[in-house]
Amino acid sequence: MRFRIYRYNPETDTKPYMQDYELAEIQPDMMLLDALEEIRAQDESLAFRRSCGEGVCGSDGMNINGRNGLACITPLASLKEPVALRPLPGRPVIRDLVVDLSQFYQQYRAVKPWLIREDPLPEVEFLQSPEERKQLDGLYECILCACCSTACPSWWWNPEKFRGPAALLWVNRFVADNRDQATEERLSELDDAYKLFRCHTIMNCADVCPKNLNPAEAISRLKHRMMKDSI
Amino acid sequence: MNLPRRRFDTLVIGAGGGGLRAALQLAEAEANVAVVSKVFPIRSHTVAAQGGMNAALANVSPDSWHWHMYDTVKGSDYLGDQDAIEYMCRAAAHLVIDLEHAGVPFSRLENGKIYQRAFGGQSQNFGGEQAARTCAAADRTGHAILHSLYQQNIKSKTHFFDEFFALDLIKDAEGYILGAVVLEIETGQPWIIEAKCTLLATGGAGRLFRTNTNARINTGDGMAMALRAGIPLQDMEFVQFHPTGIAGKGMLITEGVRGEGGYLVNCEGERFMERYAPHVKDLASRDVVSRAIYTEVKEGRGCGPDGDYVLLKLEHLGANIIKERLPGIRQTVLTFLHFDPIEQPIPVYPTCHYVMGGIPTNRFGQVVAPYNEGAEEAIPGLYAVGECACVSVHGANRLGGNSLLDIVVFGRAAGNHIIEHLEAHRYHRALASESVEQALERLARWERPGDGESVEELRADLQKFMEQNCGVFRNEAVLEEAVHKVTEIEERLQYVRLKDQSKIFNTARLDALELENLVGLAQAVVRCALARQESRGAHYRVDYPERDDIRWLKHSLYFQGQGHVEYKPVRLKPLTVDTFPPKERVY
Repeated sequence: MRFRIYRYNPETDTKPYMQDYELAEIQPDMMLLDALEEIRAQDESLAFRRSCGEGVCGSDGMNINGRNGLACITPLASLKEPVALRPLPGRPVIRDLVVDLSQFYQQYRAVKPWLIREDPLPEVEFLQSPEERKQLDGLYECILCACCSTACPSWWWNPEKFRGPAALLWVNRFVADNRDQATEERLSELDDAYKLFRCHTIMNCADVCPKNLNPAEAISRLKHRMMKDSI
Repeated sequence: MNLPRRRFDTLVIGAGGGGLRAALQLAEAEANVAVVSKVFPIRSHTVAAQGGMNAALANVSPDSWHWHMYDTVKGSDYLGDQDAIEYMCRAAAHLVIDLEHAGVPFSRLENGKIYQRAFGGQSQNFGGEQAARTCAAADRTGHAILHSLYQQNIKSKTHFFDEFFALDLIKDAEGYILGAVVLEIETGQPWIIEAKCTLLATGGAGRLFRTNTNARINTGDGMAMALRAGIPLQDMEFVQFHPTGIAGKGMLITEGVRGEGGYLVNCEGERFMERYAPHVKDLASRDVVSRAIYTEVKEGRGCGPDGDYVLLKLEHLGANIIKERLPGIRQTVLTFLHFDPIEQPIPVYPTCHYVMGGIPTNRFGQVVAPYNEGAEEAIPGLYAVGECACVSVHGANRLGGNSLLDIVVFGRAAGNHIIEHLEAHRYHRALASESVEQALERLARWERPGDGESVEELRADLQKFMEQNCGVFRNEAVLEEAVHKVTEIEERLQYVRLKDQSKIFNTARLDALELENLVGLAQAVVRCALARQESRGAHYRVDYPERDDIRWLKHSLYFQGQGHVEYKPVRLKPLTVDTFPPKERVY
């Protein structure tokens, strides 16, 4: 199987280039991460991140044949040759497939992604019905792999002002939680021309999410909620 | 020595559940705390824990911490320290509530309380009916807990060094631990991080074995650092094989599947666990189920073309339960096996999952070792929690649902003890330059030029023979061979060379440093396993099939360099209740 992989080592390369690799032995059920590990066995200078290998840690987000995804849960059989691998788009490249995600994390931290309570804590758990708990499904599973935000043209243009799909999904995760008491604060913080409203419903985020989440829908819920509150 | 240098009250190495729970305790007490992690915090392996966390909340069935304690002691095959086990089981309910308050989205019962599921080895009333004790957020409990803990830490302004690899502890001539030398992965720059207290929370070492449920980062770095600092490792022969990894691949299929009513069958369609554990069947403890599956396959009752696995049936649970309570494993099966577990059973086989042994600590998280005079003296300034530590609550076999519990209980306990320690030790000690030099020399060794073996080759060899020679069933001959082979690998390691000598994000260098750590641990595992002539928990010796409490009711301590194994007694006396004396373990 043939691969074309983005290479750039700032110590030795003046500019990035695509390097071809070939793997002779491909098992039918191999994932892209398995192939990358074999390529690295041939060429240890190839850098990429990985950890869990089963789609729960979010380390190995990359651009695979033009589309963001996680290498560890992308079957080789689903890919057209040569498989073109590039770093997640729109972020500074540290080396090869490794990008600098500090701005992505910055946007995440900016939305206060933690449960906020004003009232004193009870001795036992907060009560939450199965229906209330269900509101969090499709939101809390986000693994912060950055596939969505780095696929979003709005975030490419305004990464410092637009919060981006991942961070906004997390806002909605807390807004949707009946235990959280900061909904107003969370919504008013987003009330400007950029943080939320730069979303133009391009839908790349939902298209690429490896966990099948839908940040676009979460964003549209936030917008509706804000409209409703402002009337 | 012109390295960047930073100072903190406490340095936490590792950003999984244990490290983050400890850091949170410290940050909330306004101690100046830094967390060093080789991966961005929520990439830590805690994120992959599926089934849940035990606590006697009694939300589903009657329960008491004392029953939980009994199950844990029995599960440990009586090798667990009963004071630590009592402490953990008593703290459990409080800490689950604490996590819920921090935002963990636990699954819920109709009355709004936290949902609890059945898990292996859990009983009511000291060995009676099956208990439902495991608090779960669907089958993504670890993910939910790790993210919430990370979020609480950013709220409390813990200082994070993301993607810094810890090389070695800094230790002065009097034996105080003063922090660590760490490598900034992005730049290749070593740093000195000084701290009055250092906490190791670096997780397990499942990557010792070829097939395992662990993340690729689980290379036992903290345990190996401790060994190099002259600290022994405890009970390393006890490595848990999870009964239900996806056959041939290793991905974990949570015990929660069996907790929800799933069961195992052999090629004859027989529910074989009835023969091995007539009372609790598929919910026997993990060591028992793993051995049963091995035995079925060995005796020719395995499934598939090569007869090398058994089937985990869950179709009868129905689509609703599977979608609601087990969405993660459904996704895993769809992704890796390309079928829907709603329709078809899952091929499973035991796979390396958890290291019960580790850095010896007491129940306050202090690292304890035979040091100056006593057998369990605290190493000044050093703490350890979680899978890298051995406190020991899991003894010879860990019960499912106790590992998430272990990390939050002892993470918090260590945090509290460190706060006290900081009050008594207000100043940093003088930096031990010699120790820093040693760490840098170790790093520099990988800059040797020339040709040699690759890291990849050597690691593959190590993992293969560990699996062959140190698996579920062991005997003297294969273990002797294992000791011989690991020593050979240790020698070959000297001749491994890196072709890539660049500084920036050099993953080859990290692989090499991780392999070095794994080799150190392999020595500990095989030597302890060879020495222990009995069968207990996860350590099953075909040549010594019985548990031998007279000779072997004791903890092993392996020291690097000297290569020998010493022993210390098991703490059989709990804090407030009566001892559970060893008895025959039947399920």
